[in-house]
Amino acid sequence: MTIDPAARAGHVDHPPRMGFFTDTSVCIGCKACKEWNAVPEDGISLSGMSYDNTVALGASTWRHVAFIEQPARPPAEGVRWLMSSDVCKHCTESACLDVCPTGALFRTEFGTVVVQDDVCNGCGYCVPACPFGVIARREEDGGAHKCTLCYDRLGAGLEPACAKACPTQSIQFGPLDELRERARLRVEDLREAGQDSARLYLDDPADGIGGGGAFFLLLDEPEVYGLPPDPVVTTRDLPGMWKHVAIAAAGLAGAAVALGLGRRR
Amino acid sequence: MVPDAEFTSYYGRPVIKEPVWQAPDVAGYLFFGGLAGASSVLAASAQLSGHRELARAAKVSALGAISLSAAALIHDLGRPARFTNMLRVFKPSSPMSVGSWLLTGYGPAAGAAAVSEVTGILPAAGTAATLGAGLIGPAIATYTAALICDTAVPSWHAGYREMPYVFAGSAAGAAGGLGLLATAPGAAEPARKLAVLGAGVELVAKRLLIRRLAATPGLASSRGLAEPYEQGRTGAMLRLAEALTAGGLAGAVLGRRSRALSALSGASLLAASVLTRFGIFEAGMASARDPKYTIVPQRHRP
Repeated sequence: MTIDPAARAGHVDHPPRMGFFTDTSVCIGCKACKEWNAVPEDGISLSGMSYDNTVALGASTWRHVAFIEQPARPPAEGVRWLMSSDVCKHCTESACLDVCPTGALFRTEFGTVVVQDDVCNGCGYCVPACPFGVIARREEDGGAHKCTLCYDRLGAGLEPACAKACPTQSIQFGPLDELRERARLRVEDLREAGQDSARLYLDDPADGIGGGGAFFLLLDEPEVYGLPPDPVVTTRDLPGMWKHVAIAAAGLAGAAVALGLGRRR
Repeated sequence: MVPDAEFTSYYGRPVIKEPVWQAPDVAGYLFFGGLAGASSVLAASAQLSGHRELARAAKVSALGAISLSAAALIHDLGRPARFTNMLRVFKPSSPMSVGSWLLTGYGPAAGAAAVSEVTGILPAAGTAATLGAGLIGPAIATYTAALICDTAVPSWHAGYREMPYVFAGSAAGAAGGLGLLATAPGAAEPARKLAVLGAGVELVAKRLLIRRLAATPGLASSRGLAEPYEQGRTGAMLRLAEALTAGGLAGAVLGRRSRALSALSGASLLAASVLTRFGIFEAGMASARDPKYTIVPQRHRP
């Protein structure tokens, strides 16, 4: 059973859920996707992490291209390059949206997750709630920011800028159902061609975030790319948390009643 | 010893983002919120049992603490002027939203209770406010446990079953401690009992918390998610907190007739509560910075 997050958020007659399928097997590390998603940086600072000088997703970097240099797997020799363009996952069960106390984060009619900048008060709760380390608070304006899946462009009938800029179709945009089907075929093709390590990541609606609106084809374990191997949205445990809070609070109240019973002699 | 579980990461970079919260603001908020909530509990029982002097001290301390805690919370916002946006919606899925509404109910009650007590104006309304604040106080003292545990921060999230009891105990110890510090031994009986109870609960709950975190699947060969609570400056802070809690507890039990011993024990308990909150805060931050704590437990999820 697949959850329809837009319908659950109250959107009636909404368009199909849109998403990204990032096929890292054809990523060439050109960073065009990142350029469309980065506030210009002054000066040059080198990270020492291969060609990755962006280091991580952030408030002003909504695509991040990871570069991994590994020993090639036999029978190949030399170096195996892994390049992967990371982005907000637009989770079906979205922790940032759940914990946002102002309603600044909301679910769009496309099933994506977007921050309304004019509502966000910069409380920062979304930042440690995200199991992927995507959303961040910007120093300059104090607000939380992340990929909007180009909500503005989608509204105008355009595709997101990163998908448009990608020269190899590593970043594919479309209705999520179609992308999932296409990804399944692609991973089968790759396995048949001998890429045993090809696997899909966050494509499964039964996973810990209910599946990503953006999902990936990876050629190694997720953590190699800086992704958590088995993320679970924190709010799944929230009913248990409230239960223990309620018991602890009741205990404190009970102690007060007990202390107040005996009148002073 | 078995070596630590092997894991790979992306250049040793953290997987999740470290909270942007600042230690003095948010750890301070945890402490003052706890002190305020439990002080209102103490004020209500002292009022009911006729401990006037203690009730007065507890009401004033609740108002002072909740004011400082609200100031810390607002100061930590990226956009403090938009603080009231917290009240645009009510979301049970967000402990911060729930907390904002609790504060909205609690703050005025604690304020009215203290003002009426000090000025003598509208005593009946003051009593009602005292009881109202006493009723919401336990929630103010404990909801912050859900606030920090409802994140992807490994050493907070994994402790969500024990954290509310640690916070309740720490809050009760601090409020009882302040009562012991502010009133003469003969007039402080409810504060003494609350301090002893709170310190006892905190000592046990913290041990249970550490025991669970140390048994993290995949990290069990080391100290697991308990490591950040035990290493370095944070470890030293929390060990000192434990010693001060135990000492404060003993002083509260033995100091029935001694003003000096009671006051010393109260001060110990207050200091212990501050150290506990800062220690727990820093431990979570450290667990967010090291990808090991995110990746290995997920790899070994039962």
